[in-house]
Amino acid sequence: MEPVRSASSWHDLANPHRFRRVAGQALPWLLAAALGFLAAGLGTGLFLAPADYLQGESVRIMYVHVPSAWLALGGYAGLAIAALAARIWRHPLADLAVRAVAPVGAAFAAVCLATGSLWGRPTWGTWWVWDGRLTSMLVLFLLYLGVIALIHAFEDRMRGAKAAGILAILGVVNLPVIKYSVEWWNTLHQPASIRLSGSSIHAEMLQPLLLSATGFALLFAAIVLMRMRALIAEQKRAMRQLRRAALAG
Amino acid sequence: MAAEVRRSARNQRLVLAGLALAAVVGAGLLAIPALEDKATFFYAPSDLAANPPAPGARIRLGGLVKDGSVSRENDGLTLVFTVTDGARETRVRYTGLVPDLFREGQGVVATGRLGPDGGFAAEELLAKHDETYMPPEVAKSLGRAGGAGAAGAMHRTGSLSE
Repeated sequence: MEPVRSASSWHDLANPHRFRRVAGQALPWLLAAALGFLAAGLGTGLFLAPADYLQGESVRIMYVHVPSAWLALGGYAGLAIAALAARIWRHPLADLAVRAVAPVGAAFAAVCLATGSLWGRPTWGTWWVWDGRLTSMLVLFLLYLGVIALIHAFEDRMRGAKAAGILAILGVVNLPVIKYSVEWWNTLHQPASIRLSGSSIHAEMLQPLLLSATGFALLFAAIVLMRMRALIAEQKRAMRQLRRAALAG
Repeated sequence: MAAEVRRSARNQRLVLAGLALAAVVGAGLLAIPALEDKATFFYAPSDLAANPPAPGARIRLGGLVKDGSVSRENDGLTLVFTVTDGARETRVRYTGLVPDLFREGQGVVATGRLGPDGGFAAEELLAKHDETYMPPEVAKSLGRAGGAGAAGAMHRTGSLSE
């Protein structure tokens, strides 16, 4: 039985070409909002917010480090959900989402590791240690790289998508390890500042942090949408070439 | 008919995915307590007292620098201070560069060896800070003049054996 054609816009979005068009319309707004939040968050964070009583000016690295850490983790959760949806429902957009998110998440994980290293040197006195938090965050970066490598590792793209999807799903175990590493084990990295019970970051510093995190999150979403649009266009072109070759042959 | 076959295949994939996820979570739940001792970055003075390390073993000691315990030896380079976890204390001796955040009341992690007299000879010294961030004025009004903070909660580890 053919399903009744639904008029809901949600269903319409499942069509890659319609998705491409709607995403194209949303992109300029998304990018503008991202830049607005980033300008507000980083502007106040880097120039207006107070220095820290203990760390001095180096605390400003937080306004890049913490949002990139959150998004590296959140992006991985999204990657795994998309991979699960692609495995179970064989949704065409889910596979595209996996391919679109992986390099963006890897970039945010890399920024988190790099800024963390730059922050560790003046505060802790070292660029790197193998404690629970830093090591599990490095594992997250390597998982992203593994997913990207598997996507491209096979001649047959379907097999690549399957292998990458399975790694993406299994890697979810690492997310609670990162989150709770600072509570389960003695680490050099301090425990979380922002919890359900409240924040131990002073309001004048928390505000720019949240603005900046919102900006980076919107930027993350915008880049993923751009990549998904590009991947859809690429598929369309490949199909057209195949068709033309078939006609010519 | 075809739609039904598709649906049952999809349900099968859903069940398989669920089982795989449960297996992975189960494996994680089993592995993490086992990692407890291996994954710890440092031991607190109480850990060292409860389970003394092998003589001459290179270990990390962590805790708070006890207030009023820091002194310099006559060479001007060697630092002597007490690390405490609230219950037990260890005396530490260290020669070398000191991280900016090193101060009384703040956290430290020292790498070195425990001597026969119970003193700790450190080769490397790292500072550990807690999860509180605030402007200097606020810290001053709270009586936290660049120090007097905790380094976050600490854990007891069962054993120090490799």
